Amino acid sequence: MPKRAVVDRRKCAYCGACVAVCNLNANELIETYLEINENCNGCGICVKTCPMGALSLAEV
Amino acid sequence: MFDVVVVGAGPAGSMAAKTAAEKGLNVLLIEKRQEIGTPVRCAEGISKESLKRFVEIDKKWIAAEVIGAKIYTPDGTEVVMAEEMAGNEVGFVLERKIFDRHLARLAAKAGAEVVVKTTALGFERTQNGLRVKLRRLGEEWEVETKLLIGADGVESKIGRMAGIIKTLKISEIESCAQYLMSGLDIDENYTYFYLGNELAPGGYAWIFPKGDRSANVGIGVLPSLAKMAAKHYLDRFIEKAGIKGKIVEFVAGAVPVYGEIDTAVADNIMLCGDAAYHSDPITGGGIANALSAGYHAGLVASEAVARKDFSASFLKRYDELWKADFGWKLRRNKKLQEFFLKLDDSTLNSLAKSIAGKNIKEMSVQAIITELLRNNPSLLGLFGELFS
Repeated sequence: MPKRAVVDRRKCAYCGACVAVCNLNANELIETYLEINENCNGCGICVKTCPMGALSLAEV
Repeated sequence: MFDVVVVGAGPAGSMAAKTAAEKGLNVLLIEKRQEIGTPVRCAEGISKESLKRFVEIDKKWIAAEVIGAKIYTPDGTEVVMAEEMAGNEVGFVLERKIFDRHLARLAAKAGAEVVVKTTALGFERTQNGLRVKLRRLGEEWEVETKLLIGADGVESKIGRMAGIIKTLKISEIESCAQYLMSGLDIDENYTYFYLGNELAPGGYAWIFPKGDRSANVGIGVLPSLAKMAAKHYLDRFIEKAGIKGKIVEFVAGAVPVYGEIDTAVADNIMLCGDAAYHSDPITGGGIANALSAGYHAGLVASEAVARKDFSASFLKRYDELWKADFGWKLRRNKKLQEFFLKLDDSTLNSLAKSIAGKNIKEMSVQAIITELLRNNPSLLGLFGELFS
């Protein structure tokens, strides 16, 4: 099953770290709200980078 | 038509907007958040000198003043860098929430238009410059401009859309978590730095006092080396160091530790601050460089408007200015960072021991490396040429 990054909004501190490392422009920080779009290929780079541990990979 | 549209009202963007507006340019400064200065993504430390170069000091946004720094390696070896005399404060810990708003107001006062809760979605080239697509309160809005300054931080879109910068690798970014803690029992005259591969892989932990027994207690780790999220390392550091206090604020962020980029410009576009990876690869400090970059981008914008030349080849003047001011330091400190990343904890301890108790009077990377070289001639071959 293909995977995609998902965000736990209760943990996200909306810092933009995940946006900075995403090669596919899949993450966007809208003010204090992180959106992950369908460009995400589940590479997991953002999951490793998130300082809060708010991101994980889930099957889609 | 605007002369300049600046994206991002952090220190780099506000300084660029202020400088350009003071030169008589028609400036639009946009900020995607509804409040400038929050949420904070910063440890807030800056040297007094580098701040004074660009802003008149106002106590309203100084949280604390320090006389020096203390660095600790894993076995507890302490290296002190400090001014000898009290009253000779060399460093500030800012209140960024107030500082950033102050800078944006200075830009507004100088004549820049400021709009908040507005995001830059993209831009396209026109005959005379750029058409910038904005989204304000959910509605799309387009403006035309001769120049676009991207000061949109570590998550910069402008730089990537313009093809100026590449996405950061996980070995080129520090993942950071921080608490503002109160009720701490610390000597508030110093900032504190804690090194160690287990404590903070590829980074360090810090305590920056903010006055009245409070401090920013934070950590940065390199995701390529860290096994857990930065917050886990922070909690472990606080527990192991026995730091007792109450957490009154959460801060997260990421700091580029890329080094010097080749160019921060494209036709009609300049980047400054974190958007141009202007933060320091060793210290992670970014405010001073952001202010400098913003100032120089604003100056070059006014020259470009006067000459009606918005080409990348003209805007390279901006590259020359920021590179001469601090780019060389990013380049040097990147090499130093690569050296330090290779050290195991016992080597860190013995290097610290070689300079512990020495009288390092200046709070700078330069001063500490000079002292290391003086006491460890074998290091000369490794990075002596960087500091000759």
